[in-house]
This record gives sequence, structure tokens and C-alpha cells, in this order.
Amino acid sequence: MKSLEELRAIKERMQGQIGVRAESSNETRVVVGMATCGIASGARPVLNRLVEEVHNHKVPNVIVSQTGCIGLCQFEPIVEVFEPGKEKVTYIKMDAAKASIVVEKHLIGGTPVAEYMLESDFR
Amino acid sequence: MYRAHVLVCGGTGCASCDSEKIIQKLKEALLNFDLQNEVSVVQTGCHGLCAKGPIMVVYPDAVTYSQVSLSDIPEIVEEHLLKGRIVERLVYTESAMDDKLASLNETAFYRKQKRVALRNCGVINPESIDEYIGTDGYEALGRVLTEMTPDEVIQTILDSGLRGRGGAGFPTGLKWRFASGNRGNVKIYVCCNADDGDPGAFMDRSVLEGDPHVVLEAMAIAGYAIGANQGYIYVRAEYPIAVQRLKIAIQQAREYGLLGKDIFGTGFDFDIDIRLGAGAFVCGEETALMTSIEGNRGEPRPRPPFPAVKGLFESPTILNNVETYANIPRIILNGAEWFASMGTEKSKGTKVFALGGKINNTGLVEIPMGTTLRTVIDEIGGGIPNGKKFKAAQTGGPSGGCIPAEHFDIPIDYDNLIAIGSMMGSGGLIVMDEDNCMVDIAKFFLEFTVDESCGKCTPCRIGTKRMYEILDKITKGQGTMEDIDKLEELAYYIKNNALCGLGQTAPNPVLSTLRYFRDEYEAHVKEKRCPAGVCKDLLQYTIDPEKCKGCTKCARNCPTRAITGNVKEVHVIDQDKCIKCGACLDNCSFDAITKK
Repeated sequence: MKSLEELRAIKERMQGQIGVRAESSNETRVVVGMATCGIASGARPVLNRLVEEVHNHKVPNVIVSQTGCIGLCQFEPIVEVFEPGKEKVTYIKMDAAKASIVVEKHLIGGTPVAEYMLESDFR
Repeated sequence: MYRAHVLVCGGTGCASCDSEKIIQKLKEALLNFDLQNEVSVVQTGCHGLCAKGPIMVVYPDAVTYSQVSLSDIPEIVEEHLLKGRIVERLVYTESAMDDKLASLNETAFYRKQKRVALRNCGVINPESIDEYIGTDGYEALGRVLTEMTPDEVIQTILDSGLRGRGGAGFPTGLKWRFASGNRGNVKIYVCCNADDGDPGAFMDRSVLEGDPHVVLEAMAIAGYAIGANQGYIYVRAEYPIAVQRLKIAIQQAREYGLLGKDIFGTGFDFDIDIRLGAGAFVCGEETALMTSIEGNRGEPRPRPPFPAVKGLFESPTILNNVETYANIPRIILNGAEWFASMGTEKSKGTKVFALGGKINNTGLVEIPMGTTLRTVIDEIGGGIPNGKKFKAAQTGGPSGGCIPAEHFDIPIDYDNLIAIGSMMGSGGLIVMDEDNCMVDIAKFFLEFTVDESCGKCTPCRIGTKRMYEILDKITKGQGTMEDIDKLEELAYYIKNNALCGLGQTAPNPVLSTLRYFRDEYEAHVKEKRCPAGVCKDLLQYTIDPEKCKGCTKCARNCPTRAITGNVKEVHVIDQDKCIKCGACLDNCSFDAITKK
């Protein structure tokens, strides 16, 4: 290593990886239902795709985590997005491709993807 | 890309509770559930909460598990890491609130702490240079080399008000300025004191185990500031994890070109070697340490000349302690004003303490200077176990003194501690309750000093031995009032005449206990009584005939068969045979045995 730029390149790469260890209170939490029902209907690829996309696009202040059964097993895989100060958004019957779109349009673009959302009757 | 990180504490405390095996088991369990590519397991340095070890923190949820055992691992993996259900029975209770989990930083143990020197301990993998770089590592060195002159670096350290964390509290910037006077003319050395030899203290060891690169980076910064190209870290061989991680760190830094020739392409060369000490207390004294690095028997030499003028291999040398170095990169990155904004007027920044003794949260804490002893013991330390009463806190190890309850609200800083007859020291803080005998404590520290005295100067070699003998006499009930006077006279004589700092401070435990607890000394001498009930020769165990039911339990548990009596008859202790072990007292179900 012969320059500060090289050091900063490593730093940037590592910050994406160890950033999950930071604790801040105003971050957006994206949780995937990972109970038996969720796993059986394919929640794991959804979870992993969300993690990858958030990392690849360097989306700031977002943590991707899991949760247990949300109680709507027929709609699994379910992804919930908690943004500070906003109402919870619930996405249902997710797959990896839809997860990528949610990251792009909702987490980066700021507009929830209405077509994947749970109908209001069920909320 | 990992979606979750499991941080397992690999500090000495947790490692001794099998955290290595836990990591192994964790990796096996992750394989079982095919999670090895989704969840990363990281061994970190000390989290500070040693009393609750082994500690495990799971991110991104930031859930802290305490006192985790091997058999809990499959459950944590299946429930939490696979299914996302937190294993509530293992969550660190302080962080478990009514309906949700509190962040670790909001718990009583961490809330009043401010982690600067320990910033990365428990957060990064100490064996990964990339993780260190990811938390701004080596950025300070890069900036110093490319944007600052050596004098600007020294000025920044001076302005920050940083004082040596090894004990004496000498201003670090001043030390650097003295050594820099010879810049360019002669060979200059940068040394790191990682001897960390106070009994009960483990601050520096923990920094080396948790964040070894910070010391390397700071030493390189110091090298640039004073014009040195070679550094030595003097660490005791008794700290194998620290030594191992330092070796790995040095190797990685060399591979990245952050140590060696032409660092950051600026033409600055700097390298560091480790020198292992054999664990002699005196080698924590700066001149003895350098003598030991030179390959000689570790004995101090007279000062002046001070090391900044004539130190290692007769060259100008600066010697700073591990914790001092751990502050340097932060000061460069955040500025001198930031550092100076923490602490008291003459003591800036934070201080790491190793909490031990009669305290609930034994462990490692870092507090802003000026925090009161009450906050450290009652809030961070979680108070004294079993509802006992606080008696005194000992700081500064064998060189320091005790702080009695009357000074419980004094803000901790260098000058306040000196004023009340103790000292900051390297950061050992041993809490004592009503069951500790202060004469016995003084005797304990003197015994340590007698053992560790290098023997070069007479006041320390013979003086401390004589002091120990007098203390021994007093604890055996054979002391006279003249002995107390003699003890005090000898203490001042040694203080004024010993060759090195260790000898000069060796009488401090006696002087400070005499200052605050003279009545206890006098009780031993005049009344032949140990008020705390510690000194065995002054104790007598007796059986109260009113309360004794003749159950024979005490007699059965007495190792010397000193207790006699038939079933359902009052028992009697034969004082000639009694060794005062207390087994009868512990075993009596009827509260019939008294100790006084």
C-alpha cells in the first residue's frame, strides 16, 4: 500500500461488512419472517437477497434482520419495513426478485411498492 | 456477504470460560443448518463485562447473550440465527426491558462509560487488519504522514492534554517534545510499556488482545513525530493471547506496507519488534524496562538522565504505556479540542479501570476523567455483593493507596487521587467491603513488593522487608505502639531514598491505610483484636452453649478434630487444636458459632 487512497478503498469495502455492528436508533429495520412457515415457503433466499442488495447499493441506515412467525402464514414469505416515524409496510408472498425491487424502489427510491403490499383488510 | 455477525468475546476472562470452544461449537452448529455462508463468527477482544462471561453479541439485532455455555449453542443457532427468535433466557438481564431489548449502551454498566481507548475492543476481530481499517484504522497515520509536520503532531498531542496512562501522569506531548530535540542527529527509539504488572489489573493486556493495531499505528505516529524509525513493545510472556495477536498484527501491517520502508510513499520508515518480559514487576518501571530490552537483568538506573535524553541503547527514547497509545489515533482524527473537552481541568480524556474485588460487575470499564467513585462502584460496577458496606477502594496497585468511604464523591483524576494519598496508577481498582482488614491489605501489598523488589537499592530491598515484618507482627497481635511509629518512619525513609519509582511508592499502601484506618492498626496492637475478623491469630471461634443443639455437624466438618461433644450435647472447641479455618461457622445450622 503506497497511498491513502488504497487505505480508504479497503475502509469503504470493510465498512459495508462491519457496518451491521453499529448501533443507531434512527435506522430503517427490514425484517423477514423466518419461522417454520416462512422458511418452508422460501424466506431464506429473500433474506439473503435483501442483505446483498442493501450491501451492494450501500443503502445507508438500513438493517436487515429476521423475526419469528408474524401470524399470517398463508402470505409467507413476509417482509416488514419499519421506517422511523412512518407506518409499517408489510410485503407478502415475496421472492428474491421482488426483494431486489423493494430495495431499489422502497429503500433507495423512498416509494413503497404497492403491488406487493398486504391488502389493508388484513392489517 | 454475511447477514448476521456473531461476536464472541475472546478476552482473557471469557477465554478462561471456554469461549474458544464456544466458537468451535458455533461454527459446527452453523454448518448443520447450512448457515455458514450467511452468518459470520468473529472472535473479539474484551467487552468489559467479565463477570457475566462468556459474552456473545448478535448483530444486526444487537442482542447480548451472557454466561453462554456450550450446550446453549445449538439452541441459539436454530432459534435465533435460523428462525429469528431471540433466546430470552440467555439475554443479558440488564439489557432485557419489559417488552423490548435495550441497546447495550443503555444498560447501567455501559451508560456512563465512554469508550475511547477501548473503542474497538469487543467490536472488531483483533486478528483482522481489514476490520481495523474499516473502523478508521491507519487513517490517522496516513493523515499525519501526508498532511502534518512532526511538530504539528507534537503540538496536537500537547494541546489535547493527554497524560501518561501508566501511572505517573506525565504529559505525553511534553515527553515527545523532549525527545524530538535530537531529531535527525542520532538514533531515537519509540517504546511501548505493555508490562501491565499491577496485581489485579488487566487494562493494557485487554487493549492488546482486543485492538493490537491501534498500538502499532500510534507508535508509528510517535516515531514520525520524534524522528524514530524503530519501535519496541515490551510485553510480558505471561500474556500469551496478547503476544500472539500482536505478532499477527505486526505481520499484517508489514504485508500492507503500514510498517516497514517508505510508508504511504512518504519516505518515512518505521518498524516494530516485540520484546518479551519474564514477568518481573520492576520491568514495568521505565529504566528497568529498557535495561531488560537491552538484554540485561531488569534493574532500574538513576534518573536523570531521563530516557528522553539517554534511554534505550543510550539513545533518546520515548516510552509510553499501551493505553496512552490507544488514545493517539483518535486525538489525531477528532482533534485535540475533542479530547480536551472530556475530563477535568488538568486530566483530560478517559481512563480505563480494571474493576475487581468486592464488586458485582467485575470487569473492564472506561470512564471520562472526573467521574466519581460512587458512579463507578454503585452504578457501573453494580454495587457490592451480599449487601455489604463499602469500606475502601484501592487504586494504583502496590504503588497506590486506598480511598475511604468519606471520599466516595471525589471526581477521579490524577491530582485529586494524589491529594487524598492514593494515585491513578495504571488502572487497577480493587473494591473492599467491611470484611476486609486494612492492615492485612497493606501486608498483602508489602508482601508483593518484597517479592518483586529487584534488590539494587538498599531502602527497597531491606526497608520493605522490615516493613513487612512489622506488619506481620501487628497482624499476629504481637505489635506495639512503637511499631506503628517505626513503620511510619521507615515508610517515609523509603519513599525519599529508593532508587526507582517502584521503591519510592512501595510504602504507599501502608501510609494511606495508616492515614484513614489508624484505628484498625491500634485495635490490633492495643486490644489484640482484628475488627474485620480477618487476622487469624486474633480470632477465636466459640460455640454458644445456649444455641448448640448437639447435631455434631461442626465436629464432623472440622479438619483438625478440634471439636468434641456427644450427640444432643453442647459441643466445645479446643482452642489449641483450632486452625481458624471457619468450617464450623459455615456448617452450623443453628447460628451457634461466633467468630471474634
